[in-house]
Amino acid sequence: MPVGAKAMIVREALQGLFDALVTEGYRTLGPTLREGAIVYDDVRHVSELPAGWTDSQEAGRYQLRRREDAAWFGFNVGPHSWKRFLHPPLELLWSARRSGDSFEITVPAAEAKLALIGVRACELHAIAIQDRVFCAGRYRDDSYQARRTDTFIVAVNCGQAGGTCFCVSMGSGPKAAAGFDLSLTELLGADRATFLVEVGSEAGARMLERIASRPPTEAELAGAQAALERTAARMGRKLDTTHLRELLREQAGHPRWDEAGERCLSCGNCTMVCPTCFCTSVEDHSSLDGAAAGRVRLWDSCFTLDFSYVHGGSVRHSTGARYRHWLAHKLSYWIDQFGTSGCVGCGRCITWCPVGIDITEEAAALRTPGRAKRKEVTHEEP
Amino acid sequence: MTVPRHSALVPALYRVGEVYRELPDTVTLRLVPESGRRPPYTPGQFNMLYAFGVGEIALSISGEGAEESFLHTVREVGAVSTALARLGVGARVGVRGPFGTGWPAVQDTDVIFVAGGLGLAPLRPAIRRVLAGRGHYGRVAILFGTRHPAEMLYLQELEHWRQRLDVDVSVTVDHADALWHGNVGVVPALIARTTFDPNRSVAMVCGPEVMMRFAVGALREAGVPDERIYLSMERNMKCAVGLCGHCQFGPEFICLTGPVMRFDRIASLFSTREI
Repeated sequence: MPVGAKAMIVREALQGLFDALVTEGYRTLGPTLREGAIVYDDVRHVSELPAGWTDSQEAGRYQLRRREDAAWFGFNVGPHSWKRFLHPPLELLWSARRSGDSFEITVPAAEAKLALIGVRACELHAIAIQDRVFCAGRYRDDSYQARRTDTFIVAVNCGQAGGTCFCVSMGSGPKAAAGFDLSLTELLGADRATFLVEVGSEAGARMLERIASRPPTEAELAGAQAALERTAARMGRKLDTTHLRELLREQAGHPRWDEAGERCLSCGNCTMVCPTCFCTSVEDHSSLDGAAAGRVRLWDSCFTLDFSYVHGGSVRHSTGARYRHWLAHKLSYWIDQFGTSGCVGCGRCITWCPVGIDITEEAAALRTPGRAKRKEVTHEEP
Repeated sequence: MTVPRHSALVPALYRVGEVYRELPDTVTLRLVPESGRRPPYTPGQFNMLYAFGVGEIALSISGEGAEESFLHTVREVGAVSTALARLGVGARVGVRGPFGTGWPAVQDTDVIFVAGGLGLAPLRPAIRRVLAGRGHYGRVAILFGTRHPAEMLYLQELEHWRQRLDVDVSVTVDHADALWHGNVGVVPALIARTTFDPNRSVAMVCGPEVMMRFAVGALREAGVPDERIYLSMERNMKCAVGLCGHCQFGPEFICLTGPVMRFDRIASLFSTREI
């Protein structure tokens, strides 16, 4: 089947895809229910998918609810994103062993290749953004690149919009347009549930050939299209991106930063749940006998004081300055650095902020001039 | 799926060839590559130095030495710098680099070096380069400020530069002692007293940010255009290759577009608090 081709499979046939991927040596990852949330983890059987569950999201609020139907992908996005696997929260970069005055460094062996099942349109964009961050610059992140090269992606089109979603504003959804091997649209017919499958790559076509499919009817194609249009029309949030890059630079002295800083707990939740935030720190370890050592890389957050610490103190000591850095990086500096916004409109940072700070509301507030409280540093006085 | 060994995140092994005691808490290490070949560098660039089991820090290259080596001047400040400063000859360290931008290669202009404290270390290879090709430059001035006469870095080399008739060396201290007969005060104050042609000179500045702030003010006052002023910026540094996000200075990654930055390109960032 050529790239762009569409086919129908009965819902249960998805198990065949899981099985085929496992046979091919993939570690299959997908959404599953755990501790009151829909998270991404190892999933080998369709029975592990969150059938009949949905999520209700608002600023600072996430709640699972029962659906009236038994949809397998009838929810939006949870606290996890795929960066958890492609850019792991903890990764051994290398280990070293002492021998006399010297030491020897070894790099860990590669892990199993990954199949991501249930990737939303906003998340495809987030992965594409991290690809640019890690693979398109002067220096490449080799372990990320290795994981990405072998990743198989099964996208899922969103049949509903979440309360904090704004992918339409960011041009990143709700339809999975590129960057997948196969995409699924879940169609819940009165008699039988099916998936409309779209082929996104040759690898995807080869996988689809291993399960039973038939051509879609006009009505099925129209049904899938209508579902996407409905989703696009029901976004919970909106973000005006006009001149956002310039706006954030020009408004570095806006009083809104200090107001956000007064509400912000600098907990770093937004950076942990964000599918594009990529900042890391490193920690060096050594064994008690001093014979072995290693360096691990860990997710870090620009909301900590340590993040900007240089001898003498932290550069961004106020919470307002740290919030400003995060937002300005995401919506403005990112464009300078990587040629794309760092925001895909998934809404996670709004949902998982314990005090409900809303990125769309904060960005909009900067368009209203306020009396600057933040003094500029002049070159004449300290 | 293999991870190549040449990854920029994996240190290469270097041997401590020599340790020069500069000050009670500061040494210069001569680091010799175990591979036998030192990668090329530009004065102003930095390396990431790893002390086995302790950690890694960014350190400017303070020169080159025998056996294709790097010179690094280290002050005991934190755990890693202390571990590095206490290494003996023959010990191994991990080195990643060189990274970042260097001081501009200029010709036929006056050159003003403005250094505060340990800020003289990243400037030293640039000063050596200028003095080695002295005929290609106009006036050359080295303005150096340090806290106390007893904390004078590269004392011998400074004395050597001072004895040359073709270099204007001015040194000042924040706090004098009974034996000090020189200038007392901050280093930017020396700029107004130095003779140079502001429109055909290049200023290279390195020191604490507050000192650079005043130095830029004094250079502008003296008529030096923003695009002729270069600063070496410092931010928290972890990966040094634009992947960890720590060293961001507005949209700039100090590890990629710095540490040496042309002032006109960062003027608006430089005047923003906590950026």
